[in-house]
Amino acid sequence: MSTISDVDQPQQRPGELVLSLRGISKNFGAVSALTDVDLDVHAGEVVALVGDNGAGKSTLVKILAGVHQPTSGTIAFDGEHVVLSDPATALGLGIATVFQDLALCENLDVVANIFLGRELNPIRLDEVSMEVRAWTLLNELSARIPSVRDPVASLSGGQRQTVAIARSLLTEPNLILLDEPTAALGVAQTAEVLDLIERVRARGLGVIVISHNMEDVRAVADRIVVLRLGRNNGEFGPDVTNQDLVTAITGADENSVSRRASRRRAQQSREVRP
Amino acid sequence: MTDNTQRVSTAQLLDRRDERVAHEDTIGSTIGGFVDRVRSGDLGSLPVVVGLLIICTAFQSLNPVFLAPDNLVNLLFDCSTVGVISLGIVCILMVGEIDLSVGSVSGFSSALVGVLWVNQDWPVAVAIVTALGLGGAIGALYAFLFNRLGMPSFVSTLAGLLAWLGLQLYLLGSSGSINLPYGSPLVNFGQMLVMPPIVSYALAALAGVVLFATGYRMAARRRAAGLSASSLGRLLLKGVLVVVVLEFIVYYLNLARGVPWMFGLFVGLCVVMNYALKRTKWGRSMSAVGGNREAARRAGINVRRINTSAFMLCSTLAAAGGILAAARLASSSQQAGTGDVNLNAIAAAVIGGTSLFGGRGSAYSALLGIIVIQSIASGLTLLDLSSSLRYMITGAVLAVAVIVDSLARRSRVSHGRA
Repeated sequence: MSTISDVDQPQQRPGELVLSLRGISKNFGAVSALTDVDLDVHAGEVVALVGDNGAGKSTLVKILAGVHQPTSGTIAFDGEHVVLSDPATALGLGIATVFQDLALCENLDVVANIFLGRELNPIRLDEVSMEVRAWTLLNELSARIPSVRDPVASLSGGQRQTVAIARSLLTEPNLILLDEPTAALGVAQTAEVLDLIERVRARGLGVIVISHNMEDVRAVADRIVVLRLGRNNGEFGPDVTNQDLVTAITGADENSVSRRASRRRAQQSREVRP
Repeated sequence: MTDNTQRVSTAQLLDRRDERVAHEDTIGSTIGGFVDRVRSGDLGSLPVVVGLLIICTAFQSLNPVFLAPDNLVNLLFDCSTVGVISLGIVCILMVGEIDLSVGSVSGFSSALVGVLWVNQDWPVAVAIVTALGLGGAIGALYAFLFNRLGMPSFVSTLAGLLAWLGLQLYLLGSSGSINLPYGSPLVNFGQMLVMPPIVSYALAALAGVVLFATGYRMAARRRAAGLSASSLGRLLLKGVLVVVVLEFIVYYLNLARGVPWMFGLFVGLCVVMNYALKRTKWGRSMSAVGGNREAARRAGINVRRINTSAFMLCSTLAAAGGILAAARLASSSQQAGTGDVNLNAIAAAVIGGTSLFGGRGSAYSALLGIIVIQSIASGLTLLDLSSSLRYMITGAVLAVAVIVDSLARRSRVSHGRA
């Protein structure tokens, strides 16, 4: 897979608009999960989507993946108006998604999971080529998978995350959505995934990352888009302070995080004084 | 020293770089791996083999006719009818659904063939195709109820069980049964036709040769691609073993009438189904839908279409089994497809190793399972036991099979094999 092999390419300026959402709303019965959300992603850009629980991040991802359909609003992909009526349509357009729950079939082996729905040679599966490709992808991710012929049930959480990411890269997509990609990973693997995200960006793909981990977000994102209660609540560069980000996420200067911080400051200054 | 060089050479292979993993490269480690798998609940076809051994020893000691070639040939004739139905059950179980109406569908199709062929004077081929087509239509109806109306397959097929039984009784009318003409090709096929010895020996040899040839080609391709591959000796051993075992079975059956063509048809269907489930995109999708429906949907698999194909195949094969049963008995009667046909078909699939919980199974489980079930039935008949006892014993065997399945499943989960 050439997508992630040429690490040394100079980072490009964000290019053309890949994805553009305008006025997206989604209602589940009486609950408005999303209200009038706008979002732009350019080629060669990593956009982090942050927000508190229930802010609507996962709903937005599911809309982009074609799992849910928006109640209102428009989606433009590569400049054209599109309707993402089902996951196959989204995949076909070049939007690949790694879901938080990974969506792997535990009874199938790693190769079968990576190629699920995109098997080579439908009436006589080309197991050898698929296995070679799977190993290549996994090696590029520096993944430590014992055997690609073991069922996914026997893998650890981090290994499953790697399989899910390898799977999303198979289609050479234009846009990758990663829902909490580092939540289940160890220190080394988190770094690998962040590296990988940068390699993908260097190839000129658009990347949307959802994360709760502010460190990861600031380390890798070109832009940070904050959702709060289903609405846009600010956009920041990677140099934003933690304080500003938390304020935008929780919606107030005075919040539990800032209270905690000031309490600690007060405590420390008390300790310094005799 | 040699151990060291071997480690270096295998480390170059694409799938042998992780040195933490033990691989089954030698015959000793293969056996060790097998024991480990069984211990962790990955039983495969082991319960069937053990079960068959117990059954054979028990019945043979009670009645020496049991293992006589004549009885075994009859057994294979009987296996084929319910076996074909059971093959359909494997399909539907793969996607994690169930069809409880296969018995009624088989009875309905046998009645339909009788009415169209004997009473209405249709050509027999047209009657058979019509029955198979209606079987497929029944499956399509279940799929519609399941996909569009969200009706659990358990309920819709239970309703179907009654409905098609009613239709069968209506078709047969007051007379209650239709005799199919003796000497007609269909009845001959169901009762008499056996392979000439030379053909049966050739087919048994062919199985081993094909097994070896495909294995050899696969190994060559894997080696060329830089993957580990099984050695020539191992492939040869496997092929030779298969040939020897099959040739012995064929020889033994040829001491009596020989290998029934109907059984040949059944085994042929199993081989085709096994290929379809293991080596095609459709089969992969079936396992995926049975393993994790939502994951399959998100992978872009058309889950509804896969469900529809499973329901339709199951009903079509049930109809085919019904036609074979009619040919076997030379009649279409009100009793066809009733009683234990349903449960035997489902039990055979489960005993053979197809999981009731979806996503795990193989076409050969129908073959192995039905041989177990039919052996019990045949043995009990030879002992001249009343049908009350026969039902109780068969029920107990089914219960044991399902217990083994769910215990193995629990063990697999705790050993991380799923």
